[in-house]
Amino acid sequence: MLFPLDRRPIIGQKAAMPSLKDLKNRIASVKSTRKITSAMKMVAGSKLRRAQESAVSSRPYAARMARMLSSLASNQSVSEETSKLLAGTGEDKNVLLLVLTSDRGLCGAFNGSIVRETRRQIRQLESEGKNVTLFCIGRKGRDMLRRDQASKIVHAIEGMGRKHLAFADADTVNAKLMELFEGGKFDVCQLVYNQFKSAISQVVTVKQLIPFPIEKAPANDSAELPVDEFEPDEKTILESLLPRALAVAVYAALLESAAGEQGARMTAMDNATRNAGEMINKLTLNYNRSRQAYITKELIEIISGAEAL
Amino acid sequence: MADTFTFELVSPEKLLFSKPVVMATVPGEKGEYGVLAGHIPMITTIKAGVIQIYAEEGTTVTERIFVAGGFAEVTQTRFTVMAEEAIPVANLNRAEIQEQIKTLDAQISAAADASEGDREALRVRQDVLAAKLQAAA
Repeated sequence: MLFPLDRRPIIGQKAAMPSLKDLKNRIASVKSTRKITSAMKMVAGSKLRRAQESAVSSRPYAARMARMLSSLASNQSVSEETSKLLAGTGEDKNVLLLVLTSDRGLCGAFNGSIVRETRRQIRQLESEGKNVTLFCIGRKGRDMLRRDQASKIVHAIEGMGRKHLAFADADTVNAKLMELFEGGKFDVCQLVYNQFKSAISQVVTVKQLIPFPIEKAPANDSAELPVDEFEPDEKTILESLLPRALAVAVYAALLESAAGEQGARMTAMDNATRNAGEMINKLTLNYNRSRQAYITKELIEIISGAEAL
Repeated sequence: MADTFTFELVSPEKLLFSKPVVMATVPGEKGEYGVLAGHIPMITTIKAGVIQIYAEEGTTVTERIFVAGGFAEVTQTRFTVMAEEAIPVANLNRAEIQEQIKTLDAQISAAADASEGDREALRVRQDVLAAKLQAAA
């Protein structure tokens, strides 16, 4: 929308000073940016709610899985026969970092902080003489790490849970992880992800996945009888349970990360909206000032013209 | 009034069922078994099949839920089933499952030269679907 005022030449204005038309355009563009960021904020807000809900509803399974594992593992002593997922390969030379980032940007420091932590881990592990490989989930992390760590990336997945994060997604990751593990590609696997604290705070967390850490059952739990019957036997159950437990851990991390992403985006977009508002105020002030200056100048010209007669 | 215990059915995505029941039967790896209150603590694996819940005293099944396999844990006070997939039998659609079986069969014949692991995974899915179809009948 153009006003006749904009079309008139502005007389005697300094070259660096934006014209009224420029200012007007600028204000319009910042306004539409603000509209976009505030819409994105609202979208992120509603997605965050959904992500939080699914994170909460996945907890009972994870809690029961942990309980069952601890009662299984406390019954069984670690021996040669114990699954490698639990006991480890006996080495810790090759470390795989599973890096969880988002597919899309515009979410503040969400991905940057993960990548920074990953690089720090790589440096630290390499100074200890270990081999580090990377498994990236999420496009952003892969793109950033590819710049300087391209040779280390063994696998990357993107487009995870675009619509809805299902357990099957975690299963895909897990299947790949098992394949790499069974192929002897790594001994230790660590997960780097954003833990969801609140909508404004995500904490970068490094968590060990393989060998699988098991919380020991509390000893004072005397109300419960120890489990003494297994069908089939303990070892078989443990062997089929461990990959599931791993998938559950991955799933939990994926959900946390998804919720964190939306939280981070909401905060980032809220800031952007506020900044745009401030900018519009400043620009409007500027615009009005130059408009007044222009009117005053015109009046002076008219008056001095009349006086000259 | 018979003794009751808490029966819980959880899938990775959510808690599906958590109520006191009198008896529940589940398809164990080595055959179907029922659990009453006061059962000895045990842990078993579960294959694809139907869980039957008897919420009240008597012999009527109050709820039938299809599970695609998982684990079961019996403790003194609780009976927890961790299922990979759980659908109430009433919601199973026979035609849909038959359709799925057909596509899977096609996949299996297409994957004749795939790796042993892949074919194994397909076979597992075939078994699950077969059990599902049986449950829907």
